[in-house]
Formats: sequence, structure tokens, C-alpha cells
Amino acid sequence: MTPLVFTFAVFGSSMVAGLLGSLLGLGGGIIVIPVLTIFLHVDIRYAIGASIVSVIATSSGAAAAYVRERMANMRVAMVLEIATVTGALTGAFVAAHIQSRWLFVVFGIVLAYSAIVMLRHRTNQHSTPPPPDKLADRLRLHDAYYDAAENAVVEYRVTRTWLGFILMYVAGVVSGLLGIGSGSLKVPAMDLGMRLPIKVSTATSNFMIGVTAAASAGVYFARGDIDPFVAGPVAAGVLFGAVGGSKLLGRLDSMLIRRVFVVVLLYISATMLWKGWTGR
Amino acid sequence: MSDAPLVSPATPSGHPEPPPHDAATQRMELIISYILRAGVFVSLSLIVVGTIVSFARHPDYFRSPEGLSHLTHPGHALAHNLDELIDGLAHGRGQAIVALGLVLLIVTPVFRVAVSVFGFMLQRDRVFVWITALVLALLILSFVLGKTE
Repeated sequence: MTPLVFTFAVFGSSMVAGLLGSLLGLGGGIIVIPVLTIFLHVDIRYAIGASIVSVIATSSGAAAAYVRERMANMRVAMVLEIATVTGALTGAFVAAHIQSRWLFVVFGIVLAYSAIVMLRHRTNQHSTPPPPDKLADRLRLHDAYYDAAENAVVEYRVTRTWLGFILMYVAGVVSGLLGIGSGSLKVPAMDLGMRLPIKVSTATSNFMIGVTAAASAGVYFARGDIDPFVAGPVAAGVLFGAVGGSKLLGRLDSMLIRRVFVVVLLYISATMLWKGWTGR
Repeated sequence: MSDAPLVSPATPSGHPEPPPHDAATQRMELIISYILRAGVFVSLSLIVVGTIVSFARHPDYFRSPEGLSHLTHPGHALAHNLDELIDGLAHGRGQAIVALGLVLLIVTPVFRVAVSVFGFMLQRDRVFVWITALVLALLILSFVLGKTE
């Protein structure tokens, strides 16, 4: 493979990863890493370094829109970013000190989890009022947003801030370790734990992902794991793909298509696990 | 926040809107949104230009497979500290231009946080000034810590 062919192959497959990630609501990183390592034989550390940069690109692009539409809760995001950034630094450091094969194993597990979470119904299903939370009151985290489906302003109250904080630390560790946005961990922490409406949780998660990723990307860059020859085409490809995906049809809501992709992702997850387990 | 009236009668968007934030918050939200978009646009342009320069300067990249292992194997990553980056830019190296684009992309969210610190200062929200400043400090720490490993 010549460098020219490689550049186009990386760009093209990153674009597909970004498109799929955006349609399935998974994010590009979790798809681009297996593609780079399994099909293009890129070293997993370089794949992680490239992915983390692409995660910043898509998050920043999406966050700009969410902030303007006031869908993301910026106060919740700022508080929880303390936890995700600390977690990301932890993860990025651990990544340097464990063997590559264990990165494959952890990645396989997180991919399988994210694929299954994808099948969850994205609706608000709480019937009981949220328990009071003095910390959320004090930090004035409660807010309101405009819900297009209901054509109404929905007011919501935030709860269990500490639980969210701890879960976000874990999400940060996974993000720093594997170079992914780990939205599949952030969204449940906010909507199931802290009781933010699902749309607000998704928007706030997207908004936070860029800052979380910037922390680990700083470590990866200083370490020399961000190779411009790989990371350049990956960042451009994933971003174009994600923008295309969001313009195309928003989200893939067909359960059938989702089920098909769950099978594909579980197969990829098994391949990653096998690769890590056997060390080949 | 929660005791403000929930539905404002006529809104520019033509649908009900949540109670408006105060002027300082609104300005901060606009600036943040602008920084994020501008950061992504400029860094992406640098990545594309750098890639073109790379291939223009190395015609062998079109034919020989040897260059590839040099470019994608561990230990060969170019320009991963500031000195190397500046040196590469001075020599007009394409990969240094790409790296500059990547660095700009990485610092875009850091800028966003820095602007938020000022935003909360303008709102006289002392608790959130501290929270945001802590996030900013952790982000700056990440660049320093990665280097000393």
C-alpha cells in the first residue's frame, strides 16, 4: 500500500464510521478504531490517538448547534466536566502502562456494552418525582428546554448530582483509555441517574465529550501517539461523515436496522476480544 | 430560574421557548458556539492543506510503499512537541501543518472553557467561576503532564 492509497483508505473508512456513528447515535470513535486496527493494521495506540482527535471535531461541531438551541445544560456540563476530565487523565495514563492487547480486550467489552445500550428506547420513562438534591439546588442546575415533539417548554429538576459525578469519572476513564467519547456511558448517567430529560442528556453529553477528549488528547499528543499522517484523514473523514449523517435523516429509528447493526458490532467486538486474548 | 414565567408569548423562532437567560449568559452562549465552529473550520482547512503539501513535496508517496511504514509505525510520529512543530512549519513540512491543525482542534474546547470562566465572572457567579477555572487548570495540566512522563 502506498501512502496515497493509505490516506484515501483511512479517509474513506473514517467517513463511513462517522456516518454510521452519527446515524446510530454511537459516535465515530468506537467504529473507527476497529476499522483502523483490524482492516488497515494501524497500531492500536495510533488508532486511539487519531480517534480522540476526531471525537473532539464531531463534538465541537455538534455542541455549537446544541448551545445555540439551548438544548445542552451548560451548568450541569461544567460541574460534571471536573469528573470526566480527571477520569480522562487517569485513563490516558493507564493506557501508557498496560500492554496493547489489554486495550483490545477492554475495547471489545465496551463496544459490546455500547451496542446493546443502543437498543434502549430513548424516551423519558420516569413516573415518580425526582428526589430532592440540595447540591443541585445550590448549584442551580435545574433548567427548561423546548421539546419539538411536544411543541412545549419542558421544565426539569436535576437530582443525585454526586452519583452523576462518580459515574462521569468512570466515563472519563473509559474515554481516556480507549480514545472514544463514551457517550453511551455519559447519557445513562444523566438521564437514569440525574433525571435529565433524554434529549437534554444527549445534547449535554455531546457538549462535554469535546472537553473530556481534549484532556486525554493533550496527554496523547505530548506522548507522540497522535500521528498526523493517521489522525489528519481520520479527523476530516469522521467529521464529514458525521455532518452527512446528521443531515441525512437525523437518527436511524428503525428497530430492524438497529438490530442488524447490533449483530455486526457484537461480531466486531468478539474479533477485538479474540485479537487481544490471543495477542495476535 | 425556575420561578420565571415558563411560556413567553411571541418568540422569534415561532415556537414556545424556555425563559430567556440574562444578557451576559446569552452573549457567552453565542461566543462559545462561534469559537467551536471557527475552531473546527480552521483546523480542518489546515489538515487538508497540510496533506496536499505533503504529497506535493514527496512524489514518491504516490508510488512507493516503503514510505508508509515509516509514517505509521510507533516511534515515528512527527512534530509532537512545540519545538518540532515550529521547526517543521519553518521548513514548510506538510505533516507539521497537519499537526498544527490537530493541535488547534485539541485546544478548541480548552478555549471554550476559558471563555466560560470569563462569562461566569461577568455573571458574578463565584461558585461557577471556581468550577470552570478548575476544569481549565486540569486541561492545562494534561499538556504538561503528558510531557513529563
